[in-house]
Amino acid sequence: MNPSERPALVELRQLSFAYGDRPILRDLNMRVPRGQVTALMGVSGGGKTTVLRLIGGQLRAQQGQVLFDGADIGGMDTQSLYAARRRMGMLFQFGALFTDMSVFDNVAFPLREHTRLPDRLVRDIVLMKLDAVGLRGAHALRPSDLSGGMARRVALARAMALDPQLMMYDEPFAGLDPISLGTAARLIRRLNDSLGMTSVVVSHDVHETFAIADHVVLLAGGGIIAQGTPQSLMDSPDPLVQQFVHARPDGPVPFHYPAPSAADDFGGRA
Amino acid sequence: MSITALLARLGAATRAQMADWGYAARLLARLVWLLGPALRRWPLVRDQVHFLGNRSLAIITVSGLFVGFVLGLQGYYTLQRYGSAEALGLLVALSLVRELGPVVAALLFAGRAGASLTAEIGLMRSGEQLSALEMMAVDPVRRILAPRFAAGLIALPLLCAVFSAVGILGGYVVGVLLIGVDSGAFWSQMQSGVDVFKDVGNGIVKSVVFALAVTFVALLQGYVARPTPEGVASATTRSVVMASLTVLALDFVLTAMMFSL
Repeated sequence: MNPSERPALVELRQLSFAYGDRPILRDLNMRVPRGQVTALMGVSGGGKTTVLRLIGGQLRAQQGQVLFDGADIGGMDTQSLYAARRRMGMLFQFGALFTDMSVFDNVAFPLREHTRLPDRLVRDIVLMKLDAVGLRGAHALRPSDLSGGMARRVALARAMALDPQLMMYDEPFAGLDPISLGTAARLIRRLNDSLGMTSVVVSHDVHETFAIADHVVLLAGGGIIAQGTPQSLMDSPDPLVQQFVHARPDGPVPFHYPAPSAADDFGGRA
Repeated sequence: MSITALLARLGAATRAQMADWGYAARLLARLVWLLGPALRRWPLVRDQVHFLGNRSLAIITVSGLFVGFVLGLQGYYTLQRYGSAEALGLLVALSLVRELGPVVAALLFAGRAGASLTAEIGLMRSGEQLSALEMMAVDPVRRILAPRFAAGLIALPLLCAVFSAVGILGGYVVGVLLIGVDSGAFWSQMQSGVDVFKDVGNGIVKSVVFALAVTFVALLQGYVARPTPEGVASATTRSVVMASLTVLALDFVLTAMMFSL
């Protein structure tokens, strides 16, 4: 089924958002199809992480709607928002693990906060989640004992402890070595399919992201400049899309920050 | 700059300041409201009492001892001029219980525990741990701030009591053991002159108010810290400065109120 035909779990309608006087998103319309991996890509400062925070209700848009399973996140009171968040998971860029807790306690945290499950069951669930990310054997370690890639996998286990419908990944591949990067990418795809989740991945890594995404959205200048399957974006004739997917240093996004002419700067006329 | 622009800037600054105060007042009201729920999750509060209280015990004890030593010396040299050296115990006890105990312990608490609270919460903000809590549908104010607030309210009055008790012992060591003031006079003057409700009670009231102020300022500064190393550093400095000045200002207000009663 074409992604645009699938029912959407998340839908952004005419969304505008600004930090103070600095507009980030303008009249953005976007759909996140259920059961699929949607990649959100684009130049730095293009509003990708802002979109995640708007979906999670951590930011409120000045205009437009963010619909999660049909309900408007922006119009929710705190209680409804927290109820909606229990159906979401978010992986932060560097994991955001609680450094005063062990790996086990980090993953058990949402279960202990939101359920009254007996300790034995909590233990089994935590070990299952850690097993899913390949770190069951690391349950007794502290976050300071983990590598960057391991910390992110623990954070992933924690984010999916309550079996969310929607998983959001904020730059899950940033700063990872090639082995961890490949592991993380495959894990996102595998967990999405095996647990029947819907995933939104914010990333700059074209190769790994295109390998796992069903649908890619390219953001720039406050709106969508291109979207479609990874292959359709690779084949796109748009110069900005070409610059982005082929990582060209110069193009519609210039290499040089706007400056006076070189002759003015180097010619002794300062 | 035109007068209109100047007025506009003044208005914007006033509005921003009012918004900050409003935010702080709402946060304080929430924390007070959440004290009950926080105390019901006692292990969280207990850990924080240990972190804030136990780890401040050394600095409080040593400072209390030295303040007691100095009070013993200064008090003796002043009192002996008027032939009242045996009132040394009373002077040391009243100074500590009414004034120095609550104030100095609160200032030390602001520097030791308050600074670490601000840094901890600020680092949780910059490390996205507070955001992670929100995304796990866990209210950071209820889960992180409220237990620390309750712990501060428990720990500081106890530390004040320890400070005053150790200070009195310090005064005893200098006054009685080193200088030779009569031991019986030292304790009996203290016993007859210190009123449990008026002196000790007022000291306790002060210590609770200071605990509320110092802990709240520390938590607020950490919670609103900019999520950068520089932001956390300046929040920590601001926390200590603001908490210390608040303690001194509140001490004046409370003392004036207590004298007028």
